[in-house]
Amino acid sequence: MNTVNQTIEEILDLAAAHFKVPRETISPDDDFFKTLKIDSLQALDLLTKLENHFHVELPDYELQGVSDFRTLAGKIQARL
Amino acid sequence: MAFDCCPTEIYNQQFLMLDLQKYSCLGAALRDALDRYSSETCLIEADRDREKTRLTYSDFKEISLPLARALEDADFDAGDRAAILMTNQSKWLISAYAIFYSGGVLVPLDYKLTADEQLQLLEHSKAKVLVVEYYLWRAIMQSPEFQNIKARLVLVTEAPVQTDLGGGFRWEDFKRKGAPDFITRQREDAACIVYSSGTGGRPKGCVLTHENYLEQCRALTAWYPFWPGVRYLSILPTNHAIDFMVGFIGPFLCGACVVHLRTLRPEFVRDAFVRYRITYVALVPMIVKNLERGVRAKFDELPPWKRAILNRMIALNKLLTRSRPRVKMSRMLLPQVHRAFGGELLALITGGAFMEPSTMQFFYDLGIPVVNGYGLTEAGTALTLNDLKPFRADTVGKPLPGIELRLLSPNQEGIGEVAARSKTVMSHYLDDAELTLETIVDGWLLTGDLGRFDKDGHLQLFGRKKNMIVTEGGKNIYPEDIETMFDGLPVKEYCVFAANYVWPQKALGKEMLLITLRLEQNQRFDGALLQQIVDRNRRLPDFKRVGGYVVWEKDFPRTASMKIKRQLLAEEIGSTVERGAVVVL
Repeated sequence: MNTVNQTIEEILDLAAAHFKVPRETISPDDDFFKTLKIDSLQALDLLTKLENHFHVELPDYELQGVSDFRTLAGKIQARL
Repeated sequence: MAFDCCPTEIYNQQFLMLDLQKYSCLGAALRDALDRYSSETCLIEADRDREKTRLTYSDFKEISLPLARALEDADFDAGDRAAILMTNQSKWLISAYAIFYSGGVLVPLDYKLTADEQLQLLEHSKAKVLVVEYYLWRAIMQSPEFQNIKARLVLVTEAPVQTDLGGGFRWEDFKRKGAPDFITRQREDAACIVYSSGTGGRPKGCVLTHENYLEQCRALTAWYPFWPGVRYLSILPTNHAIDFMVGFIGPFLCGACVVHLRTLRPEFVRDAFVRYRITYVALVPMIVKNLERGVRAKFDELPPWKRAILNRMIALNKLLTRSRPRVKMSRMLLPQVHRAFGGELLALITGGAFMEPSTMQFFYDLGIPVVNGYGLTEAGTALTLNDLKPFRADTVGKPLPGIELRLLSPNQEGIGEVAARSKTVMSHYLDDAELTLETIVDGWLLTGDLGRFDKDGHLQLFGRKKNMIVTEGGKNIYPEDIETMFDGLPVKEYCVFAANYVWPQKALGKEMLLITLRLEQNQRFDGALLQQIVDRNRRLPDFKRVGGYVVWEKDFPRTASMKIKRQLLAEEIGSTVERGAVVVL
């Protein structure tokens, strides 16, 4: 099973690829709304990509109040 | 009726909706609708691509009456208040009907608020009963304020069996056999208490009567009717005035069907249009823009020759729909576009926040009318709507039937504050006579919004007098409600404003909140202070965050009771500092 750090790295890779931003411009504690310049619907889109990648299912409410990659990784890690 | 594709063979049969004028309360009208349309489908609930629930009006009645009976046995009386705190789903509507059947007053609460905020509003409403979704209840149970909860009966939906619910009961088990007594209410009695703001300061609980809802439903369906076979996709939260009316009361009183999705992932929303052949959907600008992005991306993928044909078809459609929508014809001209939306979509309804005219025009040119409107919780749901005769992307439409609007103190350009008088205007703010007197003057609701009527009677909005913003997600955010998050900030004083309140714009949109900081003597704005602001800001939900700050060099003007004179301060800042001086966070 992935460690949390591996999960974070994979999330950052996927987010960078999905929103076409250089990987080195985003880091675990970034506010992804701000760094990626996305709205909450685009964040939900990202969540779908992450679900497919990690083979987990996260209800929308898991993202409520989450705005940084590290916390998001924790939510995913808890279901791996 | 504004469309040429309405199934008039059905619509003209005058099976039609109930005569709402003869009803004294929502419960009675809904009860008759459940009997009249018993074999029609009223609810579909899907989670991703899995359909979870499909109910007829008869099924709905069968599930809701045992709940009403159990409420009755739990001494829930006429006029008692019951709060619902859930995401959009069938149990929301079933619970609401049981509450109305029992003569109760419904308090729809926003599931996107924090647990502490929800508890504040719950306390203010004095709700005796709370119906709450399990994940939200878990968060509430972890709040320090949980011990003070006053609701004496808590029903928790979808809770795992044998889980500790902190004194709550599983909704699914809370039912009793036997016919409940139907408790009738009068038109002037409260039907709902809907909070338009007030989580951080002064709660604004709009008390809306049965008459408000019955008349609002009559007004809306006069222009945009529902009928059996119509499918409304419910995406906006049902606690929101728009979805409560067009995603519950309106369709139910006309025998239509409401489709709930348990996820708002764009891909599943797009899929739902097709799977359930959606007729109407109400959306906030953020979602409409998302749809636009998706459609444009598809267009961009087309090979040049196909794109050229598409562009010609769009141009032709635009020409032929100049005076009114011709949806049938548009579906023939642009079949691939309409298939992607299920093929039966009649309109996208928007309102509650500023919508880019270009986005509305984009969809209209594809043959998908965007019905833009304007309203506020205090006025029921909508005051104006576009009647599509012809489509106008630059206005919020005309006053609905039965609604009078006028402009107060118009300036030289004819722009004044919009005031409304109608049977849809709320009764009062709960437990706040002073605010009610300030807001409803001589029977006219002062909206705080600035507008002007054009020669065709369309209302155009030009900003607002109020210190608030409306997000693209349709959320009203009052600065006072978020200031508490900055408590303890090491500065002399601070105040949060809507930027457009400080620097009035003659347009809507480009809204943001800013925090004005007055530093202590000899204090310098440094990185540590910035970090404190950023940290506090990040604890707020993303749609409530302040977007920038201004350092102000003078003490804030205050009243004798030391309250900040916000309007005066805003005027001073606005006349001294340029908007461009706001430092973006």
